[in-house]
Amino acid sequence: MAHISASVYTSHVPAIGAALDLGKSHEPYWQKVFTGYEFSKEWFKKNTPDVIFLVYNDHANAFSLEMIPTFAIGCAAEFMPADEGWGPRPVPKVIGHPELAAHIAHSVIQDDFDLTIVNKMDVDHGLTVPLSLMCGQPQAWPCAVIPFAVNVVQYPVPSGRRCYNLGKAIRKAVESYDEPLNVQIWGTGGMSHQLQGPRAGLINKEFDQAFLDRLIADPDGLATMPHIDYVREAGSEGIELVMWLIARGAMKDSGLKVVHRFYHVPASNTAVGHLILENPS
Amino acid sequence: MALDKPYKDIPGTTIFDAEQSRKGYHLNQFCMSLMKADNRVRFKADERAYLDEWPMTEEQKLAVLARDLNRCIAAGGNIYFLAKIGATDGKSFQQMAGSMTGMSEEAYRVMMIAGGRAIEGNRYLGESK
Repeated sequence: MAHISASVYTSHVPAIGAALDLGKSHEPYWQKVFTGYEFSKEWFKKNTPDVIFLVYNDHANAFSLEMIPTFAIGCAAEFMPADEGWGPRPVPKVIGHPELAAHIAHSVIQDDFDLTIVNKMDVDHGLTVPLSLMCGQPQAWPCAVIPFAVNVVQYPVPSGRRCYNLGKAIRKAVESYDEPLNVQIWGTGGMSHQLQGPRAGLINKEFDQAFLDRLIADPDGLATMPHIDYVREAGSEGIELVMWLIARGAMKDSGLKVVHRFYHVPASNTAVGHLILENPS
Repeated sequence: MALDKPYKDIPGTTIFDAEQSRKGYHLNQFCMSLMKADNRVRFKADERAYLDEWPMTEEQKLAVLARDLNRCIAAGGNIYFLAKIGATDGKSFQQMAGSMTGMSEEAYRVMMIAGGRAIEGNRYLGESK
């Protein structure tokens, strides 16, 4: 049977992708960000899964206001990097896993989570920046990726509790897949940041560190945190952190090994947070 | 019964909810059109004429022409959509975010390197700093 071996959590700041793509990663400003991922790249080389289930949000690229799915699972064979207005990132196309994606969609919908099934979709920096941070700049991504897009652009976004419970349904779905696949689940976005209005530039290190602590040790309690606390304390775009609860919900409840933890301010407008958690074997 | 919107008392923040999204639909869809290179060229050649192809309000059009992102947001714009205008102008996300704060680009950049805008004094409208 398939199993979830580990989870990775990381911010997905677009400027990180631009720094890599434009060859600026050696600059001192960016070195402070990238040093936090050196361990992670080594870890990922030794722990490359068969499939990454990658939870992220689209930023008005694949989805305009014509359609706003709350949860969308990418079931296609491949996904191209989106042109977000600056031209597509020069990164490899993303190879999907349609069989596992279809299985998860079937199982999770039967568990009362009404996913939108997407068979054609471009993927933006929300998905490709985490891949770049963990895999570097390869000619092809080293494994298959199932994109899972969450609406965190138009309110109300799904609650932390719903995201956490969805993660549990995804775990059950993966564990009922016959092929013995090694699956990782990644939760991306955050941490504290606000990109709009006179309060733009907001950062809340205390909130972020407490979020990391509770994600590891008290995800059930963390899942009850209401939207308003994210928005008030971590900025209007800090609400992206609900996506981390999907990944955490898919992991075992306790006994996880904290393999890596990193936090740095800033990357552009944003606090960068990063965790790697392994399931007990 | 009125909807619960507890986020109305956060200073300097407009939450892009269903009401704002309805107001800003055509403004945001105009922004989406700038993802195509041909449209970026046409927009830059004659901004007013390009905007007049969209059923936007006059206020939305003027806010775009002035590149006043706070005004765009008040008129229903969302930052991820408005970022397409910034991309067309060759602006970074940091330049766009900073432009809404009343700070100079340099002062905003320095604030971010120093740890960003503090949460103290920025939780509630009227809160003393």
